[in-house]
Amino acid sequence: MCGIVGLFLKDPKLEPKLGAMLTDMLITMTDRGPDSAGIAIYSGAKDGLGKITVQSAEPEKDFKDLDGDLHDAIGQPVTILVKSSHAVLEVPLGQMDAARSALAHLRPAVKVMSAGDSIEIFKEVGLPKDVAARFEVSKMQGTHGIGHTRMATESAVTTMGAHPFSTGSDQCLVHNGSLSNHNGVRRELKRLGMTFETENDTEVAAAFISHKLQEGEPLGQALEATLTDLDGFFTFVVGTKNGFGVVRDPIACKPAVMAETDDFVAFGTEYRALVNLPGIETARVWEPEPATVYFWER
Amino acid sequence: MQSFDLGKEGLRALNSALHALKGQTNMTAWEVVNPKGAHAIAAGVDAPVDITVRGSTGYYCAGMNKQATIRIKGSAGPGVAENMMSGTVIIDGDASQYAGATGCGGLLVIKGNASSRCGISMKGIDIVVHGNIGHMSAFMAQSGNLVVLGNAGEALGDSLYEARLFVRGSVKSLGADCIEKEMRPEHYAILEDLLRRGEAEGKAKPEEFRRYGSARKLYNFNIDNASAY
Repeated sequence: MCGIVGLFLKDPKLEPKLGAMLTDMLITMTDRGPDSAGIAIYSGAKDGLGKITVQSAEPEKDFKDLDGDLHDAIGQPVTILVKSSHAVLEVPLGQMDAARSALAHLRPAVKVMSAGDSIEIFKEVGLPKDVAARFEVSKMQGTHGIGHTRMATESAVTTMGAHPFSTGSDQCLVHNGSLSNHNGVRRELKRLGMTFETENDTEVAAAFISHKLQEGEPLGQALEATLTDLDGFFTFVVGTKNGFGVVRDPIACKPAVMAETDDFVAFGTEYRALVNLPGIETARVWEPEPATVYFWER
Repeated sequence: MQSFDLGKEGLRALNSALHALKGQTNMTAWEVVNPKGAHAIAAGVDAPVDITVRGSTGYYCAGMNKQATIRIKGSAGPGVAENMMSGTVIIDGDASQYAGATGCGGLLVIKGNASSRCGISMKGIDIVVHGNIGHMSAFMAQSGNLVVLGNAGEALGDSLYEARLFVRGSVKSLGADCIEKEMRPEHYAILEDLLRRGEAEGKAKPEEFRRYGSARKLYNFNIDNASAY
């Protein structure tokens, strides 16, 4: 099963409501995925600053004085905003790599959920409504975002096994389905220098696309390559700093519905997820074709 | 007219009320408002009533329908009219995958497009699609008629038994053991009747269709192929 929701705003007036709209969509997909939930929000870049979203099983201990400790390590100011088990660190853009390696030494138990100019990822085990409330997703603003409710098949129900997966700067991917050749593809990607946090099949798909983008391929082409190189069932929804993409495998068992108006492009695993969007009554609503890449970039 | 607000009263209450209608009833006209993509709307109805759903539906709307006429004033999610026994289901918009799957009887009309696996394993249902159908439609179809005014996707009629497939537009590819067959007078008569009952009379003429059916080569094991296994 699993549920996916996604929203790419064309009308900037909706940006303050992105989190609220996505939260509503995410909760409608609870019975497709009650194990864990996650959300990636592209909330915009601040001049000269990047964001690293981190997670800890012991946030009181790990996040205490983390900003100061990182400041000492990289010699530049770092701010921290703690949200439950996650925290968003704002770091000067030139110091992102330095901050990540310092973090690995200073707090080895802390996991990096995402890093980039605009992206923030929050994900945890539990019901979507509880996960959304815990991170106050409904208060978040942004240009586009992707959410996922997981019913686990390929690997354990853990925070790190929740979607979205981020394997490159400002990139994320969510998945409905299961891949059958992920072990082979993972081995190949490791050989090419990609690193993995889990044994999860979806992380392999995320890393596969990140690797293509690193090689300089455009998003559309990277998504196209999943159709030839990944075997199994999938509907993927992918986010980049400026873009939002969708692709389904050629058999297309995993349901998907899209809607577009002058104000937004929306994705839902089921139409139920889209029913409260403004103007849905007159939106163009369609089922994305199998083996066809859709993407929008601003 | 019995009007039912699904948002307020809930699915269980709707389907219980519809299931309580047995045989002849005075409550023959029903309207369901605020469907909002909910699953299993009006599934398992067994009475000669007319139900109009004002909006789009989720999984399995009108599943197992017997006798009822069910109209969807929107699009339908996966498995609409799955295993229908009799009656009529008319969808104004599109239908998602496996519309009319395993249907044993009745008529399913889709005025928009149907996606993949339309009429998979159909066993006597008639399906009229005004638009296009997706890949693997009528897979293992056993009997009944599938009429498509638009185009068909890949692998139409794969491993087909005795269903008749009529397509007016292009067929991307035929599945295993599915071949084009001649149109005979009885086929024009079937089409004329189904186009009329499928509310497509003005849109297409019987002579514009081509017929596809089973080559019947998969019915029995061919001993000459033994070495292939």
